Amino acid sequence: MVSEPILQVTDLTMDFGGLRALDHLNLEINQGEIVALIGPNGAGKTTFFNCLTGIYPPTKGEMLIRPVDKKSRRLNGLKPNYVTEAGLARTFQNIRLFQNMTVLENVMIGRHCRTSAGIVGAIAKNRSQRKEEARIVEDSYAVLEKIGLAGFVNEFAKNLPYGAQRRLEIARAMATEPFLLLLDEPAAGMNPLETRELDELIVRIRDQEGITILLIEHDMKLVMSLSDRIYVVDYGKKIAQGTPDEIRNNPAVIKAYLGEEADA
Amino acid sequence: MFVYEEIKKSFLVSIWFMFLTFPIMVIRVNTVENIVEWRWERMILVGAGSFFLSFIWRYFIKRKETGQKEAEQGEADAVSWNRRLAREPRFYIPALVGVCLFVAAFPFMFSLYQTNIMITALIYVITGLGLNIVVGLAGLLDLGYVAFYAVGAYSYALLNYHFGLGFWVVLPIGAGLGLIFGILLGFPVLRLRGDYLAIVTLGFGEIIRLILENWNEFSFGPSGIANIPRPGLFGIEMSLQEATIYLYYLMIFLSLATIFVVRRLQDSRIGRAWIALREDEVACQAMGIDKTRTKLSAFAMGATWAGMAGVVFAAKTTFINPASFTLWESIIILCVVVLGGMGSVLGVICGALILILLPEYLRVFSEYRLLVFGAVLVTMMVFRPGGIISQVRRTYQFKGNTGKQATSDVVSSG
Repeated sequence: MVSEPILQVTDLTMDFGGLRALDHLNLEINQGEIVALIGPNGAGKTTFFNCLTGIYPPTKGEMLIRPVDKKSRRLNGLKPNYVTEAGLARTFQNIRLFQNMTVLENVMIGRHCRTSAGIVGAIAKNRSQRKEEARIVEDSYAVLEKIGLAGFVNEFAKNLPYGAQRRLEIARAMATEPFLLLLDEPAAGMNPLETRELDELIVRIRDQEGITILLIEHDMKLVMSLSDRIYVVDYGKKIAQGTPDEIRNNPAVIKAYLGEEADA
Repeated sequence: MFVYEEIKKSFLVSIWFMFLTFPIMVIRVNTVENIVEWRWERMILVGAGSFFLSFIWRYFIKRKETGQKEAEQGEADAVSWNRRLAREPRFYIPALVGVCLFVAAFPFMFSLYQTNIMITALIYVITGLGLNIVVGLAGLLDLGYVAFYAVGAYSYALLNYHFGLGFWVVLPIGAGLGLIFGILLGFPVLRLRGDYLAIVTLGFGEIIRLILENWNEFSFGPSGIANIPRPGLFGIEMSLQEATIYLYYLMIFLSLATIFVVRRLQDSRIGRAWIALREDEVACQAMGIDKTRTKLSAFAMGATWAGMAGVVFAAKTTFINPASFTLWESIIILCVVVLGGMGSVLGVICGALILILLPEYLRVFSEYRLLVFGAVLVTMMVFRPGGIISQVRRTYQFKGNTGKQATSDVVSSG
């Protein structure tokens, strides 16, 4: 049985003034996949994430999600917080943690959209309120344990080593209970050991939590070993898609990365 | 060789100062007798004074730097006195009891004048705590905060003048109007941040003041509104003294209520969202926090307290006019928050007490009062840039290795 894709992007186009950052991009992701989005610098990968998560309103195109067992929904025009609520969580290329909050608090922020306490509740602090707060702490701690950051619980986010900060971004995104996790260059700046740990972590998130993953990455070794399918974009256009093996031997991809041959 | 180096530097400073102040401090032309007076003894005074001050300054800077180094090396065993005070019951319980007794006995120990000053300081405690939500927690620089204060004060004055409504009826109305105005200001500035936001709020504050000043039919213009009744107590007639003492206790109660609410807000889901908004707006939204609602709620909550404090202010002075609500007031309240320690409840209280009481008690310095006040502010910011009492973050304790019995235990939050 062929299930429907959980994310379907059709003809996504994004113009910044006269610059076309994304040009009729089509993309589909199925439940349980790890999909990589690669391309040279400035190809429009992060712009794609920003459109998807509602930070930029796309000029044209359709973005549709179909979470398993839930109604399908258009993402166009949704504000970032509603996109997150709908089940897409992301990390950022340049780490954007809440520096002056503790590790646990960072993750607790992720629980925000799944909880409901308001101002009146915060002041009255009745029983259900206290219960919810305790639950937030508990759930957040559980996420930290899964990601392997439990040892840093009360540490300020800014005091964490670089690799741990990257993982905390993932933990924070996980706390929002996404069905699709968008990772923007999660291995950037990591050493080989940290990259290997990240590789394992991403596979574990997919296998144990059942979260589908779309990642942007420049580390080709990681991309090739990790992903089930790869999309390649250049100048906002999709130039190739397929399994890692197909991509490795695709002449268009080689051209985009290494430039055209002189005699061509 | 700390001492030798420092003495040398301080010596150079004093030479430099003697040279700089030579023309104004030493030479004086006596135009009556047409002679030049040389007042060398003054030069010695300047030299000795600047040497002394410079040395002291260097000494404290040095101490601060070594303190920071030690803190960075993790030798945090020598926790600062205020943290220790907050952590160990055998310290803070007697301290708390002492403070409570002092606060309760204050109006009977001191004169009416002192009590009045204290009431003013308490008004600033409330407005400071309100602004602390906006500036300290949510990180939105608001320079027009006094506008909400004015809204509160005028709502009491006008509602009393036209409809004869009493203090207790208007107190919630004033707070409510503050809230509404907070949301009204919040909407247009939702997209703004930092400097831009500061300028827009500054404009808003001036708009409110100018309306009050020029719309004579509505607000009686610059002549203001007089004869505003003081807060009543079941219609009992009170002398000025009794009324002041009553107002004092009322303010203590309102301050405690404010502290209670602000503390709870700070430690709640909403409070966390505010702090996250301050830290990173984009990430905050991407984590599912509604930016619009969070910002508006911060503005509204801050404005509510200002509105309430405004009502009390009108009741205390019994006369208000637009001159009480200038930009200067906004700046003082902002100073209270920054000087006290952004985001820290205890810090804001200390800040308010220092900033309001200090100028009063500096009256012995007569015309040098504001000079000394300025010097104190500068020194404070140099030596404690995080405020008098910087925010102590809430830490969560986990009992056992699993998160199952995780309890959120507030160890200390300043």
